[in-house]
Amino acid sequence: MQKQAIFQSRLLPYALVAPQLAIVLIFFYWPALQAVIQSFLLQDAFGLSTSFVWFENYVDLFRDAAYFEAVVRTFVFSFAIAATSLSFALLLAVMADKPLRGSMLYRTLLIWPYAVAPPVVGVLWIFMLHPSLGVLSRYLRNMGIDWNPLLNGDQAASLIILAAAWKQISYNFLFFLAGLQAIPKSVFEAAAIDGARPMRRFWTVTFPLLSPTIFFLLVVNIVYAFFDTFGIIDTMTRGGPGTSTVTLVYKVYSDGLLGGNLGSSAAQSVILMVMVIVLTGIQFRFVERKVTY
Amino acid sequence: MALRHFGAAAAVAIAVGMTASPALAVTEIQWWHAMTGANNDVIVKLATDFNASQADYKVIPTYKGNYPDTMNAGIAAFRAGNAPHIMQVFEVGTATMMAATGAVKPVYKLMADAGEKFDPKIYLPAITGYYSTSKGEMLSFPFNSSSTVMWVNLDELKKANVEIPKTWPETFEAAKKLKAAGHDTCGFSGSWVTWVNLEQLSAWHNVPLASKANGLDGFDTVLEFNGPLQVKHLETLVELQKTKTYDYAGRTNTGEGRFTSGECPIYLTSSAFFGNVKAQAKFNFTAVPMPYYPDVKGAPQNSIIGGASLWVMGGKSAEEYKGVAKFLTFLSDTDRQVYIHKASGYLPITKAAYAKAKEEGFYKDQPYLETPLIELTNKEPTDNSRGLRLGNMVQLRDVWSEEIEQALAGKKTAKQALDAAVERGNTMLRQFEKTAVK
Repeated sequence: MQKQAIFQSRLLPYALVAPQLAIVLIFFYWPALQAVIQSFLLQDAFGLSTSFVWFENYVDLFRDAAYFEAVVRTFVFSFAIAATSLSFALLLAVMADKPLRGSMLYRTLLIWPYAVAPPVVGVLWIFMLHPSLGVLSRYLRNMGIDWNPLLNGDQAASLIILAAAWKQISYNFLFFLAGLQAIPKSVFEAAAIDGARPMRRFWTVTFPLLSPTIFFLLVVNIVYAFFDTFGIIDTMTRGGPGTSTVTLVYKVYSDGLLGGNLGSSAAQSVILMVMVIVLTGIQFRFVERKVTY
Repeated sequence: MALRHFGAAAAVAIAVGMTASPALAVTEIQWWHAMTGANNDVIVKLATDFNASQADYKVIPTYKGNYPDTMNAGIAAFRAGNAPHIMQVFEVGTATMMAATGAVKPVYKLMADAGEKFDPKIYLPAITGYYSTSKGEMLSFPFNSSSTVMWVNLDELKKANVEIPKTWPETFEAAKKLKAAGHDTCGFSGSWVTWVNLEQLSAWHNVPLASKANGLDGFDTVLEFNGPLQVKHLETLVELQKTKTYDYAGRTNTGEGRFTSGECPIYLTSSAFFGNVKAQAKFNFTAVPMPYYPDVKGAPQNSIIGGASLWVMGGKSAEEYKGVAKFLTFLSDTDRQVYIHKASGYLPITKAAYAKAKEEGFYKDQPYLETPLIELTNKEPTDNSRGLRLGNMVQLRDVWSEEIEQALAGKKTAKQALDAAVERGNTMLRQFEKTAVK
């Protein structure tokens, strides 16, 4: 079987991919290049005075203790968000995978949160958990918990993690459900005949067979937690209290757009870019090899 | 960042492409602003009235998002060569705009170049001082101004048998009584924690927030707000936070609902809160001047303003500038200022408009609308109370808030927090000084 298509002209294939290439170059490579260039410059907000400072922006960053705190915080947040949303999504997917009446309805409803924009998620959770306006805060207070994420950093952090994880559950749910349905029923039946109970069947059959999906989702969720939580943080805590919810992406925004320090902001973007390249690299390497037991 | 700039530039390019009408004799003047709701209506009416009053120029107002968004959109547009003619910038953006020599056209120069009659003396100095050089040259045109006032829930005070407090010690006592009378989650609170408890507190007691007249005399200014007054004030707040006699309500004004809902009977925030209070409060209310510490000599001094001003952007044609100058004259008209004052609750910027509003008996039924004007004109402004001009002010406020939050959460003492706020702030000011155009 011939797999390669044969083109009469040497130029035709290039012409066919040109639109896609143009989009990638203009919308991805060009801005990325701009960020790299900007990271070597010291410039005022208006771009009126520019000086080339080599690696000064990077050196300043690595000398800044607050930056390292943000790095650690970002990793903690990412793993917490990924762990929370993956475990809930898996639980829901396993439940919804059973032959239930109206399972189509559950499945559809469970996908809805994914369509909600991050800032809206932030606002929704604020309404529930704002110290004085929130519906849930009143219950927490009545239970004797001094709920005040405006001043308590740990509570603010858990609020962000909860909201960010909630939004990602739908996406993970979809993939888990598809992954579960791809597992041949005969494997379960064989395990059941051998006398394995549901819990055991889950841990020895389902979980290993789902591992490629889990790994893929882990990477996707970490990338999500790295970048897409910005809207949630901006609407819910603006990085506070103190700096307890300032993540790397939020710092890029606050230094660049609020602080007008474009050089430092660009340097931080470049570092983030490198992190994503590494993460994606790992993902490709391992997904290609198909993680299985 | 680059991506965002590109997006903004593209949006601007499209917007310009769509709105630029073919070769008409009318010169268009783009006005970017950040006003919503009733205040947006005021802006539209001002533009419509101006356009109807003459045939040579057409002012086109465009809403560009909140204050930081509008400013960033303007900066991005300038970088892309498509800046609007007039841009509304909040007061804390003043230093950034002023440092951008060439990107902006100072108002006093604009008026002189356009040959427009312009007398800086007709404006209220407490308001224009914020936007002028130390020599009194007006850089940007004050548009919407407010000041910090203390909003009071009269019904709740009466119930708890508490007089309206005038000084800080009285306020703390009142809050304790209110807490005992059932306000157990909030005796008093306030918005904009740094504006109220550092910036206004310092001006109101005539102590410096920063050297060089709070930055008005140069970008080499150094923060100085870790003095005894500010430390003592924060220490008291930290102490009262423990019992929720004072309860922190966030960095911006998102906690203002706590006053209108009746939760916090005493609340310090902008006088521009008036519109919401009037619409939502189901109790008798008033606004009184900020409290002061009676043991500080000469207190109270005068308060400083908040709000925004109109900056004229650089690089436009003489004809366009003439239109902008005419529009600013149009805005300075006494009746128009009275209209803006009444419709928006923001302060009039000319002495004549203030006098006229008074004469018309505007403050008789609503004395609280005069409170910010009384505060602003309480005494002749000093170097400590004329205004603030600190670079990166938006982020500076975030950093100060971070430190205040640490103190209120009991992680640092008040002194440690303010020392750290000063130190971190100074680093940012030096960074700003490095990039500012000399």
